[in-house]
Formats: sequence, C-alpha cells, structure tokens
Amino acid sequence: MELTLAIAIAVLAGSGVYLLLRPRTFQVIIGLSLVSYAVNLFILSMGRLRMDAAPILSGANANPADYTDPVPQALVLTAIVIGFAMTALFLVVLLAARGLTGNDHVDGKGN
Amino acid sequence: MDTMNHIAILPILVPLAGVIANLVMGDLKSNKLLRLNVAFSIILVLVSILLIVALAQGDGTAAAVYSLGNWPIPFGIVLVADRLAALMVLVTSILALAALLFASARWYNRGTNFFPLFHALTMGLNGAFLTGDLFNLFVFFELLLAASYGLVLHGGGRNRVKAALHYIAINLVASFLFLIGVALIYGTTGTLNMADIVRAAPLIAPENRGLFEAGAAVLGVAFLIKAGAWPLHFWLPNTYSAAAPPVAALFAVMTKVGFYAILRLWTLIFANGQPEEFAFGQASLLAIGFCTVAYGSIGALSSKALDRLASYLILVSAGTLLLAVGYDAPSVTTGALFYVVVATLAAGALFLLKDVIDQTLPAEAQVLAVSLEFYGDEDEQLDEDEEVSPTTPAAATVISWCFAVAALVMAGLPPLSGFLAKFVMISGAINTGETPTAATWVFTATLIVSGLFVLIAMVRNGINIFWTSLPDGAVRIRMLELVPIVGLLGLCVVMSIAAGPALGFLADTAAGLHNPASYVTSVLGSGAAP
Repeated sequence: MELTLAIAIAVLAGSGVYLLLRPRTFQVIIGLSLVSYAVNLFILSMGRLRMDAAPILSGANANPADYTDPVPQALVLTAIVIGFAMTALFLVVLLAARGLTGNDHVDGKGN
Repeated sequence: MDTMNHIAILPILVPLAGVIANLVMGDLKSNKLLRLNVAFSIILVLVSILLIVALAQGDGTAAAVYSLGNWPIPFGIVLVADRLAALMVLVTSILALAALLFASARWYNRGTNFFPLFHALTMGLNGAFLTGDLFNLFVFFELLLAASYGLVLHGGGRNRVKAALHYIAINLVASFLFLIGVALIYGTTGTLNMADIVRAAPLIAPENRGLFEAGAAVLGVAFLIKAGAWPLHFWLPNTYSAAAPPVAALFAVMTKVGFYAILRLWTLIFANGQPEEFAFGQASLLAIGFCTVAYGSIGALSSKALDRLASYLILVSAGTLLLAVGYDAPSVTTGALFYVVVATLAAGALFLLKDVIDQTLPAEAQVLAVSLEFYGDEDEQLDEDEEVSPTTPAAATVISWCFAVAALVMAGLPPLSGFLAKFVMISGAINTGETPTAATWVFTATLIVSGLFVLIAMVRNGINIFWTSLPDGAVRIRMLELVPIVGLLGLCVVMSIAAGPALGFLADTAAGLHNPASYVTSVLGSGAAP
C-alpha cells in the first residue's frame, strides 16, 4: 500500500509541477489542483498508513493503538477547504486576466 | 497575569470585528464609514500598545498564553504573545493605521470592499505573529494571503491583474510547500505546537532526524518565498509596484512575516539554545541573506521609478534581516529587531510618499529629468530663468524633507535610527566571539556597502524628483495623505531619540528569544502543570 500511495503522490506532483511551468493560465490552474491533491495525500500519509482503523475514539478505555491518527485527517480537511477556496479565487483572477489581455498567456502576451 | 493572557487574542478580534462591521454597515455614508474604520484601526493600535506594555512590565521571558477553546495545551491551538510577537503586532497596527488614513483620502473607493479586506489582512498578520501552533500559522498565512490577493487587485487595471496572477500562483505553490513542511515535522515529532516541537526535537530517533530537517528546510523555503529572499523574490518588485500605494505600504510588513517565522523557528529549534549537533541551516541563511542584499542593492541602483526603488529597498531589508538570523547571536538579533521596526515604517512611508509625489509634481518633469540623464543637458541653459522658482512652496518642502528622512533611515546614515540599527548589528557581530570570523567581516561589509548603494539610489532618485521645475500655481497636498507619512517618519526619528530604552527592551527580547527554554516553560508549563 505504501508503494501504491507513493507512486500516486509522485505522479500527481510530477504532472502538477509540469503543468505549473506551462505558459497557459488554464494549465497552471490544473497543475495547482494536481499538486494540491498530491500534498493532501502526503499529509494523510504522515499520520502513518493504517487499514481498518477508525480515527475517532469510542469508549473511555479504548486502546489508542487500535485507532489511526486523527490529526492529519483534520489537517487535510482544512487544507482541502483552503485549497479549494484559493483555486476558486485564482480562477476569478484568471478570467479577469483573460478579459483584460485578450489571451490566456500567464504574462498576458499573445502567441 | 490572567487578564494579560486575554489581551493576547484582542489584536485578532479587533480587526475581525472591523471586517464584520464593514460587511454589516458597508452602505453607510462615506464620512461615517471612514470614521468607523479609523476608529477600529486606532483601537487596534491601543490594544497593541496595551499588550506590549503588559509584557514590558515582566522580565524578557514573560509571555501571554491564550489557549483557544481552553483545550489542554499541546493538543489545542494556543496563542503565544511574547515580546517579539507583541512588537511585530505593534508595528503592523501602526503601519495599518497610517495606510488606512492614507487610503481614506481617496484610494478606498477605487474598488469595492477595500476596508473589509484591509482589516482581514491586518487580522491575518496579527494572527501569524501571535500563534504558537504551526498549522494555525498556515491558516493565518492563508487568511492574510487571501486578503492580500484582493488588495493587490484593488483599483483594477491590466497591470495589477497581471501582477496579481503571478503573485497568487507563486503564493499557492508556497502554501503547498508550507503544508509539506508541516506534515513532515508532524510526522517526525508527532506534534504541531511550537513549544512541544522544541521539547520533542532532541528526542527524534537519529534515522528520522534527516526527515525532520528536510521538513524544516521545506518550511524554510516557504517562508523565504514570503520574505522575498533571493532567488525566490522575483514576484516582489512587480507586485509591490503594481499594488495601490496604501496597499503596498501595508505589504511592507508582509515580507517581515516570513522573517518573523524563520527567526521564531530557528531560534526555537535550531539555534544556540540547542545542542551543537542540532544546528542547521545558519550558513545557508547567511548566504541567502548576502545574495538578497546584493541583488536588492543592484536592483535599487537600476530603478528609475520610486515605487520600484522602494520594492528593492524591501529586498535589501529582507536580506539584512536574514543575514542577522543566520548570524544567530543575541546582540545581532537586538539590532535586527530595531532594524525591522524602522525599516518597515520607513518603507511603508516611502510607498505612500511616492503617491503624493506623483500627484503634486507633474509626471513630465520627472520624465524629463530621467531622459536628461540619457541625452545630455544641452537645452538646460536656455530655460534657466524659468527653472528658478522664486519661492519653494511649503508643501513641496515638507515632501522633500520626508524623502530625505526616508533616505537617511533606509541607507542607515547617522543621525537617524537606520544608522543606530545597523551600528548595533555590526557591533554585536564583532563583539560576539573571541575573534571576529570571516562571517563577521562579510556581514559588516555587506551592511555598509549596501547602505552606500541605497544612498546613491535614493539621492539620484531625489535629484530627479525634486530638482525639477515646479508646476505653475500652488502645490497642494491633502492633509489626510500627509499626516500618515509624517507620522511614520516621525516615529523613525523618535526611535533614534528614544533609542536607549527601545534597545534595552529589544535586548531583553533577543535574550529571551535565544533562550528557547523560557518560551517552552511559558507555554507548556502554564497549561501542562496540574
């Protein structure tokens, strides 16, 4: 499972960075989204990978070893929300730039 | 002591109330709206003064600790207002008040929602300075960035949108790096509370130490992007010179957030309070600081426009501060803290001054002065009679004096506070060890030579701006725009007169910073004790 997740993160981050460096704003925003997926998976993996373990304790004398680490899950949730909002905001600026410059080059230059 | 802990959250709550009040009462008449917002800004300054006075009464290690939601301390989010945080909050509040007053004259209605975004940015800045939790630091960073994206766009236009596009893309990438760094640190230490990280860091298994340092390095890169360190600064001059002047003035403190975060983490986790083998990254910080100062100085020399010059001066000050962090000695940190206050205030004033100069002195005169440099000055003899203006209007005199004070502070010339700050840093660096090392001489030379470069750039810019023919008729300045500039620069002058007490306070602050154990006890001790 570690290998699968590592490869998934690597592929997402690699494609994301490639797209980030492209000259079109649409490619940049897709790249940013892909990198954010990679980062979110990475945060989740920092709580160690566990199968069939709940993040929320049930009962007063539960053994913490039976549960997965809830903190990274909370962090991922926050990161997703913030990343989503920032992407939406970037999309607005992207459209404004498209409207003002008449093309979708990141520097506002034509072809 | 108990009430002092509650003051720690006020610098976040007051701007938040400002945001809400603006959203609810945004359709007030403009006069009332302005008064409301200035009132919020003044309250914030008063609260910051209250916080710093409360902390100054204790010894250098006193800190107000506020646990949000009253969760037990290493688990819940905690706000820690120590002297450094309180100082940065005060600088932010003062700069915010000046920028807000300036914006009230005319800039606020060049776009929508200026005041809510402005207060949100202040809230994010204060929160970033006050928080004692790494992930909460990320959240406040995002908050201040989200507000700053809106503010960069304030006023609109093609240039601003283009600059904002780059700015947002780069900061989103920096945020992802931030998250990766935080995740790595959490993965190796199992905690996000900064004080708890200090406790856990020496206990990390040797095989995980590398991973922890990698996390800190990735986090450091994220902070260096915000701080505008070479070679991660290319967004800065374009964004700052494209932003509306009051916005750019407040942005002067935004690069200092990166400096603050690096200073905080490095003094806590990697600096001399820790065992020798845990030192990490100081040499890189010195090298990066040197390159930033060099790049900023050369950039300042090459700038024709005052706003670009001010952006490069921000780079110079960012580099100087990074050098000081990399030097890692309490006496140098004292000077750096003095420097961060005066450099931020003066840079803010310079951005505001640029706008006043643009309004009062005709753009043609400035262009003419610049082109004269290129094409020689054969025509100068002809209109000599017209060049000499019989009397210099008072307003123009005030502007040029402001410019001169800003130039002296930024270049670090006596007698003003910029000189004192650099003097304290250099004398601290030379007197730290038994014998000065190579790093000492590089540090000293960099500070002095960069001062010369900045001075040349400022003087040349001043000649181009002020030694031109004045426009016909009276020069008019709005009082609302002049007062913040004079106020900010006046504070720089006061800082030079009251340098004794200020430096005493800052020396205690620096001593507290370089003794991470005191930070840890004030956070963990107060909450973890039964």
